[in-house]
Amino acid sequence: MKQYDVRQCRVVRFEQLTADVFSAWVEAGELARAAVPGQFAQIFVPGKTLRRPISICAIEEDRLRFVFQIRGEGTAILAQTKEGDSWDILAPLGHGFDLGDTARKVCFVGGGIGVPPLVAAAKPFGQNATVVTGFRNKDAVILQEDFAKNGNQVILATDDGSAGHHGLVTECLPDDCEAIFACGPTPMLRALAAEAEKRGIECQISLEQRMACGIGACLGCACKLKTEDGGWRHGHVCKDGPVFDARLVAFD
Amino acid sequence: MADLKVNIAGVELANPLIAASGTFGFGREYAEFYPLSTLGGISCKGITLQERPGNPPPRIAETPSGMLNAVGLQNPGVDHFIREDLPWLRQQGTAVIANIAGNTPEDYCAMAEKLSDSDVDMIEMNISCPNVKQGGVQFGTSCEGVGAITAAVRKHCTKPLMVKLSPNVSDIGEIAAAAEAAGADAISLINTLTGMRIDIRTRRPIIRNNTGGLSGPAVFPVAVRMVWQASQRVKIPVVGLGGIATWQDAVEMLLAGASALQIGTVLFTDPYAPVKILEGLNRYLDEEKLASVTELTGGIRPW
Repeated sequence: MKQYDVRQCRVVRFEQLTADVFSAWVEAGELARAAVPGQFAQIFVPGKTLRRPISICAIEEDRLRFVFQIRGEGTAILAQTKEGDSWDILAPLGHGFDLGDTARKVCFVGGGIGVPPLVAAAKPFGQNATVVTGFRNKDAVILQEDFAKNGNQVILATDDGSAGHHGLVTECLPDDCEAIFACGPTPMLRALAAEAEKRGIECQISLEQRMACGIGACLGCACKLKTEDGGWRHGHVCKDGPVFDARLVAFD
Repeated sequence: MADLKVNIAGVELANPLIAASGTFGFGREYAEFYPLSTLGGISCKGITLQERPGNPPPRIAETPSGMLNAVGLQNPGVDHFIREDLPWLRQQGTAVIANIAGNTPEDYCAMAEKLSDSDVDMIEMNISCPNVKQGGVQFGTSCEGVGAITAAVRKHCTKPLMVKLSPNVSDIGEIAAAAEAAGADAISLINTLTGMRIDIRTRRPIIRNNTGGLSGPAVFPVAVRMVWQASQRVKIPVVGLGGIATWQDAVEMLLAGASALQIGTVLFTDPYAPVKILEGLNRYLDEEKLASVTELTGGIRPW
């Protein structure tokens, strides 16, 4: 198997999870067998020049699951998918989570549409993982049963208090975790990076950026990374990431 | 099967398809899909005398039938290219074209000298990058500027020299003629058209550089027109690019006057586009009973 490739993948299950979030299970063959949690796919949208980068939510043998939100015209077209349709998928892409020892007590933190890639990543940890997810309100909550099925300990927070803890995910972190894995809005990631540094524990964060090629050739999806000499450089979300050691990310 | 070989300024290409600079890096990422010998050549990511960090993100915005980019010439510098990328590229069985951009004529000349001593097949001089304050386009939008920089670099360049032209000019024919008169061995066009998108909620330009270069099928008709106009003014080979996405586009661009083609943005839509374009081109040549792809160049029958 090549590191990544393009395949026509049949959508075997397609569901709407919330008003604007959809879930697709696709038959991806060797693309699925090569994938690791935290990686992503570039999905072709008929009529569009650029593919849409979407994180891999779950990996089961030959199947991949994608959970995505309508963010613009392209994802709105993908939301019209019918079961039995075919998706043209370039995958698996990028550098995923380095999960390390799954007997450790760790914490996964997700915000909004940053939650999906944590499902695959938290799975091997079972009850050793506490999964803290935050959403705008109860109607935006997704994937709680999937984390429960993983055997993870689940903590829910909403901005308006309509479900779970009323407030931020960063207020719900357990005291005893040895590592944090996170995906979500930048302010959340920045707060988690600071918290992990304070506690002296590992923190891996998944970033997003507007992207073109998805494989590291066009240099479109730049992100600012710290260098050892105290300076910075532009890395790329598609190839160096999307998952980075939080200590390396320069938040502006 | 028709003969797909073309000769651009003394450099023989196995077929007329060249990966366009800035869309293909230094080739390694696309080598995962197919042997790079599939392509007639690779025009490498634009390099500068010193390493450049490029523009802050976002650098990309989609547009109807195209995209804007403002990468800003992020690259590791010419010495790094010659040391780290060129030896590997040289082994891939495809022509290697170094694309250079500079702040000053001296930058261009210094790079041309370094690359003339290297293993590259050709140098493509980028005087048309719209995304950096100094990075070429200041030389590329007037006949005097194009003539002066081309003549200066010519003196330091022993490799075939191809000048990549900007479409952001009023008379592309004049510019093409100026490049030829100053000693260019070939011209390539078009680079991107300067464009802009604005987020109507935040009122911010989507691209951090505010403006970016428009590419993709949206610019194809402009590119065909400019290649047609430029090719009538020069005797040197014209390499046509700008929005080529299908084999039909490739044929059209050749008919307009191109001797070879570059493809770029379509690679993002479909990394296998070069393979599909070559298959279609081969089929077309057989159907039209043409022995060589070179017979298409300038074959347009204008009204």
